[in-house]
Amino acid sequence: MTPTGISWNVVADVRQLLMFPFMVNAFRAGTIVAVIAGALGWFMVLRRQSFAGHSLAIVSFPGAAGAILLGISAMLGYFAAAIAAALVIAAIPRSLGGQPRSSESAIIGTLQAFALACGALFVSLYGGFLTSLTGLLFGSFLGISGSQVLVLLIVAAAALAILALIGRPLLFASIDPAVAAARGVRVRLLSTIYLVLLGCAAAATSQITGALLVFALLVMPAATAQRLTARPAASLALTIAFGVVTAWLGLAAAYFSIYPVGFYVTTFGFAGYVLAVAWTAARMRVRSRYAAAAEQPA
Amino acid sequence: MSVLASLIGQPFLRYALASGTVIAAASGLVGYFLVLRAQVFSADALSHVAFTGALAALAAGADLLLGLYGGCILVALAMAALGERGRADDAVIGSVFAWVLGLGALFLTIYTTSTTVGTSGVSVLFGTIFGLSAGQALAGAAIAAGVCLALVAIGRPLLFASLDAGVARARGVPVGALGFFFLALVGVTAAAATQAVGALLLLGLLAAPAGAAQRITARPFAALWLSAGIAVGSLWAGLLIAVTAPQVPASFPIIAIATGVYLAAVALTRGRVRPARD
Repeated sequence: MTPTGISWNVVADVRQLLMFPFMVNAFRAGTIVAVIAGALGWFMVLRRQSFAGHSLAIVSFPGAAGAILLGISAMLGYFAAAIAAALVIAAIPRSLGGQPRSSESAIIGTLQAFALACGALFVSLYGGFLTSLTGLLFGSFLGISGSQVLVLLIVAAAALAILALIGRPLLFASIDPAVAAARGVRVRLLSTIYLVLLGCAAAATSQITGALLVFALLVMPAATAQRLTARPAASLALTIAFGVVTAWLGLAAAYFSIYPVGFYVTTFGFAGYVLAVAWTAARMRVRSRYAAAAEQPA
Repeated sequence: MSVLASLIGQPFLRYALASGTVIAAASGLVGYFLVLRAQVFSADALSHVAFTGALAALAAGADLLLGLYGGCILVALAMAALGERGRADDAVIGSVFAWVLGLGALFLTIYTTSTTVGTSGVSVLFGTIFGLSAGQALAGAAIAAGVCLALVAIGRPLLFASLDAGVARARGVPVGALGFFFLALVGVTAAAATQAVGALLLLGLLAAPAGAAQRITARPFAALWLSAGIAVGSLWAGLLIAVTAPQVPASFPIIAIATGVYLAAVALTRGRVRPARD
């Protein structure tokens, strides 16, 4: 069988998608990444740390560029840079009131810009391979090896296990840090562990989507699910489901077209978010109409 | 000294200095209010919009500046409109700009596959301050000067509204309109700064000088001018380094010096009592 392009026959399309080993690896990696990014992104949206998450995602670019420049594994660079940046952000004093301090956003913004400037420097010192630059920034699902998938799986499993251990106190500390601290929860330590996990998830994700588009898998599924339901367990499960579906659809669409995978992943993710917003608004309107009708005497 | 004098004679350096100085001053002024209002994430989003806007214009065969300014100002106004209902939700900002960036990736592909020279896409990301033409330098400087003047004009009420929105509103300050206008100015600044340091790095010119200035002094107007001064100084020093070391992209020393100033400010003010609004 040879690739024939997309048709209306879904079974044939799926068979075509999975025909090449690189595509199977892409789906495996995409699934792992969507699960881990969804789980940690859910807490990120809850804790209003999107800016920190975005910066953690971005530092993987200089990490990878620096690793390539030094001639070591790019994967090592991704994780080392993300973990280092997570520790820097965790060192910023965070107020307990939930409202971010104004100096916090200045530090994160500076960190992010400096990291990107280093990335630009590394790339130009390396000799300016423009194709690899766009690959680092916008991602490529081609050429993911079996060993890369294995590393992703190990990192994701470890991160999810730690998240499961600290999940309950982290939820408490995220929703009401002051009360949690008063009840003896170690808010600061939890926050540091969480940021390191988020850095790992961002580093893992950026290998598929590129440093600039990691954020799509971190924020969009979580924002969508938190619109639809307020119950923590349900919305966490929804987040992961949305993330996986978005990644699959994005990879499939990118396979059948010439446009980059990052475009499709962000577009499907954003479409889901817009639908969720519209659905919630429509439901609220219907509900308020019923409420108004019930209040009026018959 | 004579080497420097002969370098100043080069037109590309004159253009870079002239437009870069005004753009850095505007970034420092705008950045101070961004940090004060904890809106740096909005600027982060706008810097990515700048990339998509520029590449959309390139892919459509239009003037790059049209997409740059048009995209930034439109999205800034949209964000201001969303924030005015009291929910400046960072998940909303994040979802929107992640998608905008995805569109940027699409336009980059369209542009690089439709033309043979594909370096403009990358230069939008990391800036081309030494590649400015006379017209571009003049336009950038004029627009940035306009931003500076507008910001100085609304500085006092904007400061009031940023520090205590409730009291300012009670005293008759148009808090909503000011926020709207300020974000539009941020959009214009982001577009102008994209030409100097690039879409991905302009956040450094916005956040680092302002953060340093706020560490050094708690007096608002002193910090405002200090922020602009640090931004301009970083740009000058960065350009100087870039001229003497041509293999380094000009944006790197600019951002690195701004970051260094911030670190120095943090180190110097460690033991001091924190400003009230920190």
